[in-house]
Amino acid sequence: MSDDTVRVASGQGFWGDWLEAPKLQVRQGPIDYLMLDYLAEITMSIMQKQRSRNPDAGYARDFVPLIRELAPDLIERDVTVVCNAGGVNPEGCRDALVEILADVDLPRPLRIGVVTGDDVLSDMDGLIERGHDMRNMETGEPLSSVQDRVQAANAYLGAGPIVEALERGADVVVTGRSTDTALTYAPLIHEFGWGPEDWDRLAAGVVAGHINECGAQATGGNTLADWRSVDLVAPGYPIVEAREDGSFVVTKHPGLGGRVTWATVTEQLVYEMGDPAEYITPDCVADFSTIELEDLGGDRVEVKGVEGRERPEQLKVSIAYRDGFKATGTLTYAWPDAVEKARRADEVLRGRLERLGLEFDEIRTELVGAGACHGSLAGEPPEELPEVEMRVGVRADRKEHVARFTRELAPLILAGPPSVTGFAGGRPKVQTIMAFWPALIDREVVDDQVEVQIVEAA
Amino acid sequence: MKVQLREVAFARSGDKGDTANVGLITYTEEAYEALVREVTEERVEGHFGELCQGGVERYEIPNLRALNFLLHGSLDGGGTRSLMLDAQGKTFSTALLRMEVDLPEEVVDGVRDRMHEERRRWREGDDGE
Repeated sequence: MSDDTVRVASGQGFWGDWLEAPKLQVRQGPIDYLMLDYLAEITMSIMQKQRSRNPDAGYARDFVPLIRELAPDLIERDVTVVCNAGGVNPEGCRDALVEILADVDLPRPLRIGVVTGDDVLSDMDGLIERGHDMRNMETGEPLSSVQDRVQAANAYLGAGPIVEALERGADVVVTGRSTDTALTYAPLIHEFGWGPEDWDRLAAGVVAGHINECGAQATGGNTLADWRSVDLVAPGYPIVEAREDGSFVVTKHPGLGGRVTWATVTEQLVYEMGDPAEYITPDCVADFSTIELEDLGGDRVEVKGVEGRERPEQLKVSIAYRDGFKATGTLTYAWPDAVEKARRADEVLRGRLERLGLEFDEIRTELVGAGACHGSLAGEPPEELPEVEMRVGVRADRKEHVARFTRELAPLILAGPPSVTGFAGGRPKVQTIMAFWPALIDREVVDDQVEVQIVEAA
Repeated sequence: MKVQLREVAFARSGDKGDTANVGLITYTEEAYEALVREVTEERVEGHFGELCQGGVERYEIPNLRALNFLLHGSLDGGGTRSLMLDAQGKTFSTALLRMEVDLPEEVVDGVRDRMHEERRRWREGDDGE
C-alpha cells in the first residue's frame, strides 16, 4: 500500500448488520473513508411507514448513536463517513445527529453533509400530470394504475451530490436513496478528480462499490468455497484500496477474522447479478465481464481492467405501493411421524379456512426441516425426523380474511394432530404487503430538486 | 465421471424481484469450459422443475470462471409478496449445487488438486493463485 491509494472501508451491508463492524473498521487500522449501506427496497418502505406515524422518523436510527460513539475517532484518525442512513428522511437524521453531538466534547465541530431530493413522492400527482408516466419496467403498466396506493417513491441518485458534499468539507455525508455503489466511488471521484465521462474509472469504482456494499459477504461471510476454515467471530469487513487509474485491492484489517481470496470476492461479484455486461448505475454502465482478478495472497485481491460505458439517459425510481395483506404462522410437530402429523394439521387448517368461506390469493405450506428450502430437489423427507416445523402463509386483498387466518393456528394445539408445540410467540401478525414498482424517470426532474446542505455539529 | 456440482464448484444466490440469480463459480479453466458445456439453461430449468416457473437465462463470465443463472418466476412473486421461507432466494445456490453432471475425470482431478492446494494455503495463511 502506498500513499497514492485511497482506502474506502465498508462498515454496514444492510440496516441490521453487525453493529461492531464500523467501529472495528475505524479503530483497527488506517482507513480514509467509511461507507455504510443501510438501504434496500424493503427498508425504504419500512422507513416510509415509520415516518407516516412520526414525522421525525424514517431513517436508520442506530446510525445516530454510532456516530456519537465514533465522532472523536473520526476526527483523530481523519476518517470521513459516507452513508445512506437518511432513508426517507435525511434531514431528520441530520437533526438527530446535531442534537446528539451537542453533548459530545470534540476538538472541532463535525461537518454533516445532507443530500436530499431523491424523494419524488411529494410531487407524484404533478409528475404524472406532466406526462411522467413511470411505467413499470417489467409489465409496462403506467403508474397511474396504482397511484392511490403508492407509499414511497425514490429515485436512485448517483455520486454527484455526495462528491459535492465532500468538496464542501463534509466529515459525514448522509443521503437518502443513493445507489449502494455510489457510497464507495463518490469518495474516489472526489479524491482522484475522475471526470464525468471517465467511464472505465467510474465503472471500476462501481465494481469496488459492489464489493463493499454487502459488508462481510466479500470477506468470507456466507462463503461456500471453504466456510469451515473462516473465523467469523469478528470478521474484518472489506476495505478497497483504490488507485487513481481505477485499479484497486480488496483487503481487510489484519488481526480480524474473515478471509479475502479470489473466491470470496468472486462470490460477492456475482451476488444479485443480472447481465454481467450491463450493470447499470446513474453514473455509468459497468461491464463485469472485463474484470481481471488476481489473488495476491495475504488477504489481498487485486481488481483491474474494468471497462465501462456511457451512463443511461434516465434514472431508476423505486416505488413502493400497498398490495394486499399477508400473514405467516408456524407450529412444530415432534417424532414419531412428524411429517405426517404436520401434513394432517395442514389439511385440518385448510378445511377450517374453507368452512369459514375465507378467500386467499394463495395459501402456502412449507415443512421446515423437510424440504422448505430446496423443495422436491431435497427428495422425500426421512420418516424418522425428530421434528418438523409447519409454516403456513396466506395472502389476500381483504385484511379481515388474513386476520381471521391468524386465529386459526392456535386452536390446532388442542384441536389438531398430537405432539405439537412452538406457539409461544403468539398469534401471527397481519402484514401489509409493499410491492415494488421499478420505473424510470427523466434526470432533469430529479436533478432540479437535489440539494446538498452542510451543517456543523458539536 | 458423474459428480455433484458441489464437488467442483461453489455458488452464491440472491434476488431481483421474482427472479433468483445463482452465480456458479469453479476452480480451473478446464472445469469452467466443462461447466459451460454441461450446465446449460435447459439442464438448469429441468433441475429446478416446478421451483422455477418463468424460464432460465444463462450468462457466461469466463474472466471470473463463473456462470450466472437467472431463474425467473422462482420466488412466489418476490419481495414482500412472497410467502416463501426463502423469499430472497438465498438457498438457491446450494439447490443448484445438488445437480449431477458428467465431467472428464482429469477435469475433476484438476479441481480436486486445486481445492486441496488452496485449502492447504488457507490454513497456513499463505493463500494466493
